[in-house]
Amino acid sequence: MFLDKSRQLRQNCSGQYTMSKVNSAANEKERKHIVKETETILKRFTRKKQYLIPILQGVQGKLGYLPRESMLKIADYLGIAAIDVYSVVTFYNQFRLNPPGKHSIRVCLGTACHMKGGYITLDAWKRRLKIDSGETTPDREFDLDIVACVGCCTMAPVTVVDEKPEGQVEPTRVDGLLLGFGYEEGKKEKEKSESK
Amino acid sequence: MTAAKPGKKDRRTVFVCQGTGCVSGKSIEITEALARAVKEQGLDGIDIDFTGCHGFCEQGPVAIIEPEGIFYTHVTVNDVPEIVTSHLRDGKPVERLFYIDPVSGQAIPLYKDIKFYSMQQRIILRNCGHINPERIDDYIARGGYEALKKVLKEMTPQQVIDTLKASGLRGRGGAGFSTGQKWQFCYDVKAKQKYMICNADEGDPGAFMDRSTMEGDPHTVLEGMTIAAYAIGASEGYIYIRAEYPLAVKRVRLAIKQAEKAGYLGKNILGSDFSLNMHVKEGAGAFVCGEETALMASIEGKRGMPRSRPPFPATSGLWGKPTTINNVKSLATVPVIIARGADWYAGIGTEKSKGTCVFALTGKIANSGLIEVPMGIKLRDIIYEIGGGIPGGKKFKAVQTGGPSGGCLPESYLDSPVNYESLTEAGSMMGSGGMVVMDEDTCMVDIARYFLSFTQAESCGKCVPCRVGTKQMLDILERICRGEGVKEDIALLEKLGNDIKAGSLCALGQTAPNPVLTTLRYFKDEYEAHIEEKRCPALSCASLISFYILPDKCQGCGICARECPADAITGGKRLIHVIDQEKCVKCGTCLEVCPTRFGAVTKVSGETIEVPKEPIPVTAEKPKAGTAT
Repeated sequence: MFLDKSRQLRQNCSGQYTMSKVNSAANEKERKHIVKETETILKRFTRKKQYLIPILQGVQGKLGYLPRESMLKIADYLGIAAIDVYSVVTFYNQFRLNPPGKHSIRVCLGTACHMKGGYITLDAWKRRLKIDSGETTPDREFDLDIVACVGCCTMAPVTVVDEKPEGQVEPTRVDGLLLGFGYEEGKKEKEKSESK
Repeated sequence: MTAAKPGKKDRRTVFVCQGTGCVSGKSIEITEALARAVKEQGLDGIDIDFTGCHGFCEQGPVAIIEPEGIFYTHVTVNDVPEIVTSHLRDGKPVERLFYIDPVSGQAIPLYKDIKFYSMQQRIILRNCGHINPERIDDYIARGGYEALKKVLKEMTPQQVIDTLKASGLRGRGGAGFSTGQKWQFCYDVKAKQKYMICNADEGDPGAFMDRSTMEGDPHTVLEGMTIAAYAIGASEGYIYIRAEYPLAVKRVRLAIKQAEKAGYLGKNILGSDFSLNMHVKEGAGAFVCGEETALMASIEGKRGMPRSRPPFPATSGLWGKPTTINNVKSLATVPVIIARGADWYAGIGTEKSKGTCVFALTGKIANSGLIEVPMGIKLRDIIYEIGGGIPGGKKFKAVQTGGPSGGCLPESYLDSPVNYESLTEAGSMMGSGGMVVMDEDTCMVDIARYFLSFTQAESCGKCVPCRVGTKQMLDILERICRGEGVKEDIALLEKLGNDIKAGSLCALGQTAPNPVLTTLRYFKDEYEAHIEEKRCPALSCASLISFYILPDKCQGCGICARECPADAITGGKRLIHVIDQEKCVKCGTCLEVCPTRFGAVTKVSGETIEVPKEPIPVTAEKPKAGTAT
């Protein structure tokens, strides 16, 4: 996890920093929205470096991720180099560089969840959503990620679906949860296999 | 506790647990439904309230009816009408919601009779589950803020520190350093500005005691922190909480507001000239930030990377100012020590480890949850008496203490006492108090790999032994789990582990190899089975196991084929099903869904089972076990 990030960071550090891997706004309308929301958050803080993490948390809370425009704006506001903002963003697990899906899926891989097969559940989510952890489905419906522990160890294996911890999520429950969202793909695949 | 006679106008209160565990079991909806039902029925003298975590999350959502002390488990919204009509109106408790003792199978109605609770001694968690954490008056009613009054009115900072030293309290964050001594160091430094920090960055997977304390009794943490700040002479306080604990953040923030309004925090606390300004800082998800110098870097808005000590935080901490950092549990103990005296506290526990310790008991155990026990208790008592043993008649294999940096202890250690020294001696550690029980289905190589993958990912990257060494160890372990290990791997793992321990700057690197080294010490045979026989004795490592459907047992019901997430099972009505080993993802769903009366799916390691290549009809001479369609 971390090594990937640091590799990414090193690439970006070489020569002029580019933040090439960082997502930018897709169009002018989105850019304006990002800038406006970022500025709203910045107004709540004075220009001290100690507020960098709370600011980032605020912006991500609003936008769901940290786009390039926000990070540049924040660096400018605090009077620090953009790469310093980026280095903090990539250090902490909480911060995301990808836009979120409509629904967030967080598979807990804490000790208790691991012992009760959390990794099998993660595989099931990956298979059903056809994405890897840390990614968002192309239709931006779901994003999948792992979390170290949400402290609901007695309900292991846990998956946090849209901020709500769901207990005993085994592969069959994954399909059930997806059906709850009206996610048709899972259903179609099942029908196909049954008609075989 | 006297049982209230039905019909009488004694005030009764239904406390519904609203800790994170129970909330995810819809306990908020249950509270609302109870309040609605009581109102609709027009019942008098009944209050519906909620509390923080009771610790018995396994049985959640739970509710207690006071003053009788009736304890209901696994409550759902559908049970509400029956609780209200039968119990609250007619005085007849709902027996089917009583706790069932896993050993004797008996139903136990009263909270105080349940072994899980009766064997505990609750000091840190004294109020959790008994008060509404969102009301300061509940805390005050149970003696809250009395210790603070006593400290501010009667004691000098040095007297407070001396009391703490005499109590023998040691830091509950892991290392076990004397709390009083820590305060003394900071007190002795002369400075205009000092800081008090509460470390609530509980990052250990499998540990949730700090979260439950903050959710269930936030004021005790604030009170302990205020006393500590008074002792060392700090005027600014920071509580560093994981952002993954939104409920704890919310309740602590609320508690700060209430305490400020009531004069227990802020300017001139309780009319004295002592002032304390409290801030909440949300961590952003980095395990290493539990290390004190990394935590301070994080508060300053930097990457949370540890630095070398000295200078210790007591002389140069946050923004270069003298700082004291204490764990949530240490601070929650402080008010009790002040209120009841150092001698009382020093009378609990063992000679070197005083007081109680909180463990988050999880894994393969009947009663998982949060427990608080006196130091020196035997592991066996925790696991078999309080924890109720291993469920499903499985055999105990190991217990892991201290989170990902701790070690796995085998059965031979079950009778050794729990304290800082004995655990360290056995190669593990007290840590922040995670306790994970493992049974025969847990592969020790895999569990070592799992813990190392966690610490490896969380290594901040500053020191080479930790950054590169743990990666190498992880690569070796992954190879062994895939069945590609070689004989030399065991010696290499041992050497790497000891080098990393010796060469790392902070506790993360110094302890990261512990799970590997302890499993090598106590469970070497499992490593050898993986390496030499390419076999996983616990039937857990996916690359070394396979699933088969036994032709003499399969009745062709088709459940497994329907549920298989990988479409790896072929078959049909009344046909013996066959698993395509190439397609199988080893998730175990087929084993789980195969009806127990057939028991046709089996899991093996290191062997193959003769099965038909294609689905064949279930033969006529076989017993027709029902109409299996």
